Amino acid sequence: MYLVLFLIFGGLCVAGALNLLLQHHPINSALSLIVVMTSLAVLYLLLGAEFLAAAQVIVYSGAIMVLFTFVIMLLNAGVEERTHGSKAAYIVGFPGAAALLGILVYIFLKQKDHLGGAKLGGYLVTTHDLSSVLFRDLLLPFEVTSVLILVAILGAVALARKEH
Amino acid sequence: MEVSIWIFLLLSVLKVAVVTVILLTAVAYTVLLERKLVGRIQNRWGPSRVGPFGMMQPLADGLKLFLKEDLLPTNVYRPLYILAPLIALACALISISVIPFGKELYVKRVDLFQIADVNIGLLVILGITSIGVYGIALSGWSSNNKYSLLGALRASAQLISYELALGLSVVGVVLRTGSLRLRDIVDIQATHGLLSWNVFGGLQFVAFFIYLMAAYAETNRAPFDLPEAESELTAGYHTEYSSMKFAMFFMAEYANMITVGCVATLLFLGGWSSPFGDLIPAWGGPVVQALLPVFWFVSKVFFFLFLYIWVRGTLPRFRYDQLMGFGWKFLLPLAIANIIATSLWLAFRAA
Amino acid sequence: MIPIAYYLILSAILFSIGVAAFLIKRNIISIFMSIELMLNAVNLTFVAFAHRWHQVNGQIFVFFVMVVAAAEAAVGLAIIIALFRTRGTLNVDQVDLMKL
Repeated sequence: MYLVLFLIFGGLCVAGALNLLLQHHPINSALSLIVVMTSLAVLYLLLGAEFLAAAQVIVYSGAIMVLFTFVIMLLNAGVEERTHGSKAAYIVGFPGAAALLGILVYIFLKQKDHLGGAKLGGYLVTTHDLSSVLFRDLLLPFEVTSVLILVAILGAVALARKEH
Repeated sequence: MEVSIWIFLLLSVLKVAVVTVILLTAVAYTVLLERKLVGRIQNRWGPSRVGPFGMMQPLADGLKLFLKEDLLPTNVYRPLYILAPLIALACALISISVIPFGKELYVKRVDLFQIADVNIGLLVILGITSIGVYGIALSGWSSNNKYSLLGALRASAQLISYELALGLSVVGVVLRTGSLRLRDIVDIQATHGLLSWNVFGGLQFVAFFIYLMAAYAETNRAPFDLPEAESELTAGYHTEYSSMKFAMFFMAEYANMITVGCVATLLFLGGWSSPFGDLIPAWGGPVVQALLPVFWFVSKVFFFLFLYIWVRGTLPRFRYDQLMGFGWKFLLPLAIANIIATSLWLAFRAA
Repeated sequence: MIPIAYYLILSAILFSIGVAAFLIKRNIISIFMSIELMLNAVNLTFVAFAHRWHQVNGQIFVFFVMVVAAAEAAVGLAIIIALFRTRGTLNVDQVDLMKL
């Protein structure tokens, strides 16, 4: 059961990511990224992170990616054009990424037995657990990130405003 | 007794089917209710020809939309054009799945009045609502029509802006309950009837007001129906849609209205709990005991739908800058002030 | 019951695809999206390790990553809009000069 769910949503993740890589139109890439993020939310649920799963859908799929599609629509971004720079990227990009993947997979498979396993309901972090750590032990970082968000909002407004 | 997973799955699928059918029927009759009520508000009769009191009108409408020619305009971006109404309708229908309609009642370990009881029910609803934006945004973009695009841009900006106020307005309720599970939120309001409902006893009337306003904007209803303002944008994001695809957007809008009404009922008006609390002793057999909460729930949702239609029939449309100003400069600060006041009140009471 | 290593491998696959997309894509919005993909892949590792060691902190970290990603997306997209306004293009090969 667990393996089936993992395979379905893990497969969706990989398919979405590959589609992001292969599509030439930004809006298609954005939609495949949404598929990846929403499937990741399900994987978080499988790992017992219920609040994060909801936050993933609300923040990533529902806010950040809406912003992306909004900008794509606003700027009316068309199909991307291939130019001279992309050849070098092809030569370096694919082998580099493949080498990275190979190393990581090799290490993970070697350490497979030390890493243990995951099963449904094995470890559940409730919203209560998460918030007690977040608001007691990590209150200062939390407040600092709120300042960061404020600065980001002001910066975004200042950048995107039309100059007179 | 261990019930096999197949029986559980079968019962769940049955439950989903029943709820979907009921929801779609409710959507059809909400449309009729709206036409009737708006008709009365404007001093006319509304639909009255098909069946007694026009009760068969939804059937005729459905048949008409189903039999119409499904036009596919030439220069649309086809995959997204077809996908967009599906996303809109699917998101509208999925969010009903975490809503409890009545008291917990287990038959073979399957809860009869709720499809899925999740710990984070409220967040699930917020998440699915936020995904629903894509239906509108993509429909406008893929239609290749300036009215559609303008409508979709307006809609996505409006939905993102009002989602903040909507999300913050429910924080007060969550603070009072200490849980995101919808059943817990209702249970805490069930003790003293009307007096312990969040909107009265929980002192959340400001949050209720913010939720109501934000919910109108989230469902693109008057007075916030800028994305489909017919006097400026023809029909907004669904200008190019016809036949069943148009019907999907239409159903999605009304299904969203019903979901928002359900959530408002659960969060602020005590869900399925009776307004009289324990004043009236329990009566009737087990069937009545099980169905009476459902009756209260449905009547509260009906009240919300009535309010929706009443507002639509009486208020004029906002201007776009007024809409944004109202959301960002009035509702958002008010929601934050409400959270601070509620947490101070709770801390004071706990001390 | 499945090994945690599967989650890590999935995350590695997503990350590598993100790296490849980052290098190959020419549209600045797509490049930005591949950064988000890499962040998501890393988040999955954090949650998987939080499950492995029964530690809430891994999930807290993901929470902070999400917050920072939201801030980053807001600023980054504002920069992209400003860029499009001055240069009239989204292709990164055509914005390689410091001056207009």
